[in-house]
Amino acid sequence: MNELTADNLHLWRGEQHVLRGISFHLAGGQCLQVTGPNGAGKTTLLRALCGLVPLETGVVRWCGRDVAADLIAYHSQIDYLAHDNGLKADLSAAENLRFAARLRGRLQPDEISAALARTGITDASEVLLRRLSAGQRRRVALARLLLTGGALWVLDEPGANLDQRGQALLSELIEAHLAGGGSAVVATHHDLQLPPTQLLSLALQ
Amino acid sequence: MRPENGETSVGDIQTRQSLAGAAMAVMQRDLRLALRRSGDTLQPLGFFVVVTTLFPLALDPQLSLLRDIAPAALWVGALLSSLLALDLLFREDAQDGTLEQLALCGVPFAGLLVAKTAVHWLMTGLPLVLVAPLAATALGAPIAAVPGIIAALLLGTVALSLIGAVGAGLTMGMKRNGSLLALLVLPLVAPVLIFGARATALAIAGESVAAPLYLLGAMAVLAATLTPWAVAAAVRIGLE
Repeated sequence: MNELTADNLHLWRGEQHVLRGISFHLAGGQCLQVTGPNGAGKTTLLRALCGLVPLETGVVRWCGRDVAADLIAYHSQIDYLAHDNGLKADLSAAENLRFAARLRGRLQPDEISAALARTGITDASEVLLRRLSAGQRRRVALARLLLTGGALWVLDEPGANLDQRGQALLSELIEAHLAGGGSAVVATHHDLQLPPTQLLSLALQ
Repeated sequence: MRPENGETSVGDIQTRQSLAGAAMAVMQRDLRLALRRSGDTLQPLGFFVVVTTLFPLALDPQLSLLRDIAPAALWVGALLSSLLALDLLFREDAQDGTLEQLALCGVPFAGLLVAKTAVHWLMTGLPLVLVAPLAATALGAPIAAVPGIIAALLLGTVALSLIGAVGAGLTMGMKRNGSLLALLVLPLVAPVLIFGARATALAIAGESVAAPLYLLGAMAVLAATLTPWAVAAAVRIGLE
């Protein structure tokens, strides 16, 4: 069973104590919404959960195993969407997604067009990303989540630049992901339209 | 005999992650990007050509004098132009977040960074090797010296790209990193310069270039063995 456990995470950035004893347990099919004022350490927590930032103390466990013991196996199970979309401006949406899929060892052309259709950018799939709007680029990044198929989504302000329909789409995508047994950690100020039983929340100060 | 013993199911094949496949994907993407922006990609080559042709203009145009300085001009030019190109190696990927995606894709990061470095060499090191015969003849080197010069530059630029990648990884997060990159990388690549210039001088003099070429080859192999881990460690620090 997919489950993510954080046990007493502490992290210092220079003199600043950013994460102060964060603990949570997230089962498959659940979403953890991380909230907090700017500078509260939401991004840092998400990056620490991904193993991008080393923790001072505390353990992150995925399926009961310490993720630091085998980061590569853990990484093959997660998808991280950062502030930056992680897409190349000089490639088209379809090219970006094809690359992401190949990186993960998956290549099915029909899946790419299906993912782009799901996020509503079919018309612009061959346009260079630098010519798309910020919201459209965010939608391409969401399409990548559908394609790479990780069991754990770690999303940092996924709703940034999205219009209202985009926000609704985001909630739908997360809900479908949870319904499939996946889990998600989402840092966002927007309300996620999810059933309360699936939604945990963590407020950082 | 049951078929499932010898065969993997279709689903397995489609979702199987391999370093080779991921590295190929990275190489193809970077080649495509480099070709799409050939202006940026060709700048270091232009720099090399201009620098090496400045020497004959600045010096007394005596063939013997030009031949004497040819090894130094070629190698200092190669060193500086590969340094110029290094700035492009990781910086943009770090800025747009694609480097993070590579770090988190579930295959060994060092392998993907080597793939990036290989493309970088193809687009900036190899063109330099191909233009070197022209630059060398402009500096008065005899045609017979060309194979030796090409061999030395081929091995030398591989070592330069690999060693330089460590510096590029360490400085990728900084805003103005040009001079720091030079300070970090140039001392490390001094041996490449010494033996590369020596091989070129021997080739121009018509003597055997084997000894310095072996040393350059050893440096390229050593760099290929050790630097991937150093590059991955440096880039990880930059991503933190």
